[in-house]
Amino acid sequence: MSDSPVAVEQHGPELRHHFVDMEQQRDAASLGMWLFLATEIMFFGGLFCAYLVYRYWYFNEFAAGSRSLDLKWGTINTAVLICSSLTVALGVRAAQMGKRKLLVILMLLTLVFGFAFLGIKGIEWYAKYQEHHIPGSSFDASDIIKDYPQIHIDPSHEQIYFSLYFAMTGLHALHMIIGVGIFSFITFCAWKGRYTPRYHTPVEIAGLYWHFVDIVWIYLFPLLYLIDRKPLK
Amino acid sequence: MFDNFPLWPVRASTGAGNVDALYIFLVLLSGFMSVAIFTMILVFAMRYRRRRGVEAEQIEGSTALEITWSVIPLGIFMVIFFWGAIIYFQERTPPKGATEVYVVAKQWMWKLQHQEGQREINELHVPVGRDVKLIMTSQDVIHSFYVPAFRIKQDVLPGRYTTAWFRATKPGVYHLFCAEYCGTMHSGMIGQIVVMEPAQYEGWLAGGATFGSLAANGESIFQQLGCPTCHRADTQGRGPNLVGIFGRQVQLEDGRTVVADENYIRESILSPSAKIVSGFKPIMPVFQGLVSEEQLNALVEYVKSLNPPPSGAAGGQGVPLPPTKPRI
Amino acid sequence: MATAAITAEREHYLNKEYGIQSWLLTTDHKRIALLYLISITFFFFIGGFFALLIRLELLTPAGDLVQADTYNKLFSMHGQVMIFFFLIPSIPAVLGNFLVPLMIGARDLAFPRINLLSWYLYVIAGLIYIHCIVTGGVDTGWTFYTPFSTAFSNTKVVEAGLALFIAGFSSILTGLNFVVTIHRMRAPGMTWSRLPLFIWAHYATSIIQLLGTPVLAITLVLVVFERAFHLGIFDPTRGGDPLLFQHLFWFYSHPAVYIMILPSMGVVTEIVPCFSRKRIFGYNFVAMSSIAIAVFGFLVWAHHMFVAGISLYSALIFSILSYLVAVPSAIKVFNWTATMYKGSITFSTPMLYAFGFIGLFTMGGLTGLFLAALGIDVHVTDTYFVVAHFHYIMVGGAVMGYMAGMHFWWPKISGRMYPEAWGRLAALIVFLGFNLTFFPQFILGYLGMPRRYWQYPPEFQVLNVLSTAGSTILAVGYVLPMVYFLWSMRYGKIAEDNPWGASGLEWKTASPPPTFNFDEIPEVTWEAYDYEHIPAPAEVPVER
Repeated sequence: MSDSPVAVEQHGPELRHHFVDMEQQRDAASLGMWLFLATEIMFFGGLFCAYLVYRYWYFNEFAAGSRSLDLKWGTINTAVLICSSLTVALGVRAAQMGKRKLLVILMLLTLVFGFAFLGIKGIEWYAKYQEHHIPGSSFDASDIIKDYPQIHIDPSHEQIYFSLYFAMTGLHALHMIIGVGIFSFITFCAWKGRYTPRYHTPVEIAGLYWHFVDIVWIYLFPLLYLIDRKPLK
Repeated sequence: MFDNFPLWPVRASTGAGNVDALYIFLVLLSGFMSVAIFTMILVFAMRYRRRRGVEAEQIEGSTALEITWSVIPLGIFMVIFFWGAIIYFQERTPPKGATEVYVVAKQWMWKLQHQEGQREINELHVPVGRDVKLIMTSQDVIHSFYVPAFRIKQDVLPGRYTTAWFRATKPGVYHLFCAEYCGTMHSGMIGQIVVMEPAQYEGWLAGGATFGSLAANGESIFQQLGCPTCHRADTQGRGPNLVGIFGRQVQLEDGRTVVADENYIRESILSPSAKIVSGFKPIMPVFQGLVSEEQLNALVEYVKSLNPPPSGAAGGQGVPLPPTKPRI
Repeated sequence: MATAAITAEREHYLNKEYGIQSWLLTTDHKRIALLYLISITFFFFIGGFFALLIRLELLTPAGDLVQADTYNKLFSMHGQVMIFFFLIPSIPAVLGNFLVPLMIGARDLAFPRINLLSWYLYVIAGLIYIHCIVTGGVDTGWTFYTPFSTAFSNTKVVEAGLALFIAGFSSILTGLNFVVTIHRMRAPGMTWSRLPLFIWAHYATSIIQLLGTPVLAITLVLVVFERAFHLGIFDPTRGGDPLLFQHLFWFYSHPAVYIMILPSMGVVTEIVPCFSRKRIFGYNFVAMSSIAIAVFGFLVWAHHMFVAGISLYSALIFSILSYLVAVPSAIKVFNWTATMYKGSITFSTPMLYAFGFIGLFTMGGLTGLFLAALGIDVHVTDTYFVVAHFHYIMVGGAVMGYMAGMHFWWPKISGRMYPEAWGRLAALIVFLGFNLTFFPQFILGYLGMPRRYWQYPPEFQVLNVLSTAGSTILAVGYVLPMVYFLWSMRYGKIAEDNPWGASGLEWKTASPPPTFNFDEIPEVTWEAYDYEHIPAPAEVPVER
């Protein structure tokens, strides 16, 4: 059994010793990543829960805070992330087909998109900083209050909106940074030729992670940026 | 029998007996089940201890048994659930017409305000046989108002009112504990409930410094803060007419309907924009930070006093709003 | 008399490599299990030390041993250390890590390096927490209720929160490893219905660890941010709601208690059949009851909040659901008892601990019925009744299960037998000391003594004195195994491969096992508790 050609091929360098064959290793890695993503859903879930409760109670402040965000940047970032998921998916395909150069290009593009997203997020946060919308001792919602004379905006409720805004986008950005780190490593390994049609599991599971982070943003964007985007009564 | 080794506190309220009844049932049930399991294990351990030549009998299971010992406990559990739920429902439904006492908890003391005006610290005097409803809030962290002899407990939260009620049945002095950890002197935040015969209680009310009723107190705060400017006793005011409002349904401008209870009144003072009455503008100033908890209690009590007294006849206007004074 | 020369002949996981590096950089699940064993035992004694100080203070009604603030820190840190640094890891990280691959016929867990990472995260968390202890401690109660923890406490809330956050990731990674391993790495022929119930229990536990812990993690993050930046998410003076914290906190912390109890139920389910020489009664029901507990456990969290200010209708729903979750636990107790019927029973130390578990868990579980009853809970919540209830389950249940498992698998882990007479004596001391410590607390609670009280009215003193007396006896019961387990590593009788005649793949390999667990992965064609075909050992090994 241990000398058959199949077995020799199975016990290549990528096969860790505690696994019986590559298929088991691949299945384990895949299941592991899906389970990890389930934990991430629960992790973000707590924040979403807090968000839902406070949005229901303080709708006006949430709507006003949402409208103070720059929709242009939010939309661009959404497009950037969707494109990055495309490059990741195409990259997995390239790995499956053994196209090393294409894989490296796609990975690099993904990194470019990732950095672009983070850069734009930095721009947005800086704008919030300038407008004194960062929660804490220097928080000041008077500009928002002035914009809506016909409704009463409670500054402490407005601060809760922004606390959740920064917590949610911050946690998401942290996951993006980790994703960029992971894909930097993947790009390096791809360039070194470590991924073959037989073994490209890291690309697949990193891709799963990246898609998840993208999907979180797809939820964040309407929840944070698109609250009641029509003239307030 | 249990005087020297008490298993439960004295029963000093109408509810205590109900709680103890369920407790004793559960003690007997648990005792029975524990003894049954222990006995079975002991008997099996003895009867089936390892003996030379005697093999264990391989039994796979019995679906019938499994169902039986799932369904029967479930049935018993449902009985316990209903019994407990009924008691809880009674505990959480203060009877109408109960005397109200406002409680303000703070680290690390209890402050109480009677409707008649008396203020107490860490002590509450009540007469036997009267329904007492506690309207409670905290100035700082979460506390919990616990009177073991009455079997009542209710967390006291900052930022809102919570309520509890009891009717004392036995004169005496009973422990009041704080039952939600609140910092350094959590274990020192204790007091007593002093239950008196009605005559004695009247005597206690009459004695001591006169404060004026809580509602009258509230009225003077109402004046001081300029509330009558907008809240007039007619439909011309910039704010809703408060006469008769307490306990009624209120239509809000976003379409919701809420009941004007203590929490609503309190919120309307501290954060008026939260619920705007339909047809009015959001112009009421925010009083958060400008009134203490005790003053809020007095204002709430005043608004309540504007209701016509409950009676079959349609008569009675209640305490009328003072005429609006011209503001300079 | 055993000598080192005999065991050195055969290579196994302990002697394969020596040196600190071979331990600190190991990816062998068995070595990692031992690393965990050392760490959690260390924290057990820290938490136990805090408990002794608490009980000493409570000997007298007045606060006269330590100051009020110190006492508040003692019970807060006792709770956090015991829960997060002892109970939650205990069985899964020690026995689970060691046994899961062996029991399913695998050579290691699915992700050995993540397993090591999990231990390092635990150690880092532990070091941060120790730093927190020695630089002032935390006094919020283990439950961190807001706004006290976010806006009023003057202690190291942020540091404690950070430590627990990291410890949570350790827990999540362990759970992840187990689920993937159990799904993907079973030996040929090891179908789900041939799995030992210990595995089913750990599978259910791991699901809870995976799905529940992240919610605690995000809650701690919010508390830390609120405290650091004065945000207001949980602070009513800033528009927040303290009840939101409680919901988020208990959404994890209730399932957490099932993380702590399910593994020890799994241990008992291995021990009772072995020392009754017959298969478990109702395998399918026991397996499914573990899953049911995990699922229902997520639906009952607000039964910790019946007097917190939730609505009447919420309370009704959570009360009825809490009764549902009691049914699968009851099923287990009945099945264990039925397993003994017509068995062939021996009273080894593991079996004694298992008896203790069944009895004390039953009592603790029955008192849960009191707490789930809304009308009763109003009176007893936040009193010593609750303290007694959870200690019956956690100490009378989970810790006894842990001790049972440690004794049962000690021969497999160390290759040595512990001294049986001392084992039985310690079990008895623990049982007696435990009951004396915690039974009076049920009465204290119903009499009205609130929990977390540094000082108390004098009428509660007698029961408190009884409780403290019991705690000193309990302490002796826990120190004894420490001593004799260590003793046995050098002087204990050499263990055979299967000294108990137990079923399970772990007993088909050597004691201690070789590094890669099996010389050849077996192909499984038999049921999990095949006692019909396994001869009983000639006698239960007893040290001379």
